[in-house]
Amino acid sequence: MAAASSLLLAGDSTLLEITALSLRVSATATVIAALIGLPLGAWAALTSSRLRTPIVVVLNASMGLPPVVVGLIVYLLLSRSGPMGPLGWLFTPAGMVMAQTILITPIIAALARQTIEDAHVPLRDWFTSLGLSAWQRILTLLFEARFSLAVVLLAGFGRAIAEVGAVMMVGGNIAGSTRVMTTTIALETSKGDLPLALALGLLLVTLVLIVNGFAQTLKARMERRHA
Amino acid sequence: MLEAKAHPNLPVALVKIHRASVIVDGKALLSEIDLTISEGESVVVLGANGAGKSTLLKLCNAIISPSLGSLQTLSLHEQSLIFQRPALLRRTVLDNVRYVLSIRGIAEPACTEQAHRALTACNLSATANQQARSLSGGEQQRLSLARAWACKPRLLLADEPTANLAPTAMRDVEALLKAVQSEGTTLVLTTHNVAQARRLAHRIVFLDGGMIVEDRPAAEFFVSPHSAAARIYLEGESL
Amino acid sequence: MKRISNLVAVTLSAISLGALAPTSVLAQEPTITVSSTTSTEQSGLFGYLLPQAQKATGIAVKVVALGTGQTLDVGRRGDADVVFVHDQVAEEKFIAEGAGVERIAVMYNDFVLVGPSDDPAKAAGKDIVAGLKSVYANKAAFVSRGDKSGTHAAELRYWKMASLDPATEKQAWYRDTGSGMGPALNTAAAMNAYVLADRGTWLSFKNRQNLKIIVEGDVKLFNQYGVILVNPKKHPHVKAEAGQKFINWLVSAEGQATIAGYKIGGEQLFFPNAVKK
Repeated sequence: MAAASSLLLAGDSTLLEITALSLRVSATATVIAALIGLPLGAWAALTSSRLRTPIVVVLNASMGLPPVVVGLIVYLLLSRSGPMGPLGWLFTPAGMVMAQTILITPIIAALARQTIEDAHVPLRDWFTSLGLSAWQRILTLLFEARFSLAVVLLAGFGRAIAEVGAVMMVGGNIAGSTRVMTTTIALETSKGDLPLALALGLLLVTLVLIVNGFAQTLKARMERRHA
Repeated sequence: MLEAKAHPNLPVALVKIHRASVIVDGKALLSEIDLTISEGESVVVLGANGAGKSTLLKLCNAIISPSLGSLQTLSLHEQSLIFQRPALLRRTVLDNVRYVLSIRGIAEPACTEQAHRALTACNLSATANQQARSLSGGEQQRLSLARAWACKPRLLLADEPTANLAPTAMRDVEALLKAVQSEGTTLVLTTHNVAQARRLAHRIVFLDGGMIVEDRPAAEFFVSPHSAAARIYLEGESL
Repeated sequence: MKRISNLVAVTLSAISLGALAPTSVLAQEPTITVSSTTSTEQSGLFGYLLPQAQKATGIAVKVVALGTGQTLDVGRRGDADVVFVHDQVAEEKFIAEGAGVERIAVMYNDFVLVGPSDDPAKAAGKDIVAGLKSVYANKAAFVSRGDKSGTHAAELRYWKMASLDPATEKQAWYRDTGSGMGPALNTAAAMNAYVLADRGTWLSFKNRQNLKIIVEGDVKLFNQYGVILVNPKKHPHVKAEAGQKFINWLVSAEGQATIAGYKIGGEQLFFPNAVKK
């Protein structure tokens, strides 16, 4: 254990690279998932379309998508023999971003829907009397619920950076290219180097804690100002 | 939409409701409503809880439509609706006013200018850069009035705007409502406060069980209410 | 407030651009993808071999480590340029299908039967078949990979040689774990069970607890590795030239010497045996 911690503390350059890739892939996936999931969630919160119920059911259910299933589907899509093969994204960070995006978009959309629905209730009549268009409502509510939505994005980010099944399949855990923290942990566990795996796990948890703590502080400060 | 050109001596009707009923889930919230609101009036809608006051206001605002009968009213952009609980955005006081102006298509710098003017009129300019949700209850209601005022509506619909307020805050809001009205805006107000109705109303519409049971000049109504329901309601005040 | 959201926006866009940019500035160098088995990867051979291969050939190699079954499937789908595995029957089928160009022998290592240090089944010796018979007779706990990997195929072959079939009989002491070499060793260590492992993974495995080698040195335990270029006629995007260059280096005198030079704790893991052409 002590050896593993000192290895971590020494700021090993490979470890830094792996950590940076983890952050980069998951942050990118979160940004893309936000661009899709937030408007989708807002739409689902506001629409009276007949598609609403089926879409909400699908969104809520897909929050529990197993990462390996997503990994398998993306693997088959990106494979040279698959429909998206010509992109050459298999075993690259771009493919991992795609898998994580698919994994967390439903989470962000479903949580955003609930958040926006809650924010909408006290404002609904006023919005109607202002004659807002659907888009004006969506944009206003996205901004109105911005602090809660930031927490929603963090939940998505947390799930993305902590998942191993999908990035393992789609990324291939290639050293120096697609190896991220979770796949490294899986690999070190396979090698029976449990202390190193555990130390990496602690590092991952610490990172997620820091990101969440930072966001929570920011949210609390902002909300205090908005009493 | 109603045309604003009528005979010079006749008042212009802003809202015309003819035999309108509002039925939700098989229950009639309003039945057989006949109501005309003319430019410059100050109408107070009285009635017990559940009598249909808020529904009537929403009907005037056309954010609900009649299930039966007909409704003619101004466009949404010519009227403003304010609520017992001010619907404020998590933004600064100034940005709350600028928001409604920009929705109405008013561009900068006119937008900020008009917003400041409305805040000054509502005695809120000192709070312009505070967060709207950090204001006191009375200030919040004044802000929702400032937001309405900034848009220069021809018709202001106010749904129990002082119900949650302390007496002094209530007086401030009443003063603003009077000021808005004296500038030519037509006012329709619901309240449970009979004294407030006496202070603000030209005309009283009394609702009971979703129907208009009295619609008379305020002076007459308070002296001799016709309906039993109104008499009982007014007696309640002297208890 | 505005400043913060601007900052966030700028940071996020920087991050997202970063992730989509090429992973390495050295991407101009030819890069090939080699699909190989977890046991080879976990033995640490590639970490030692690839930098030298790159120095000699100028080719950067990305290794995707999977079970043998999946390794060949990745090649079959055209998702790798070269496959590097140890399951002769499956490899020959791969060639017969036209998925690969030619199977070239590169090296061998050997399997070992690992088990509890007090050897409750009395399986110790130089004969893997006799060892497995003792395990069966004593109903000693045994962990199987059960993942259709090369090692799993070898294990089933040895049971067949012993005319025993605990897998089909679903014997309670026979644990089919469906996992890679490392996880299977972890399981065996936790259960104090016997397990068939390749020597490379065993030597670099750190969580041994009470396990030690019980049977080794049987000729039957030798494990031949082959390397195959994925057929460019079937998958035109395959980097055939660079792939062939890498294979040529592996079987060259220099490549073979490099393989022989990889040691853990002074022990040689892989024995080069490429046939000179």
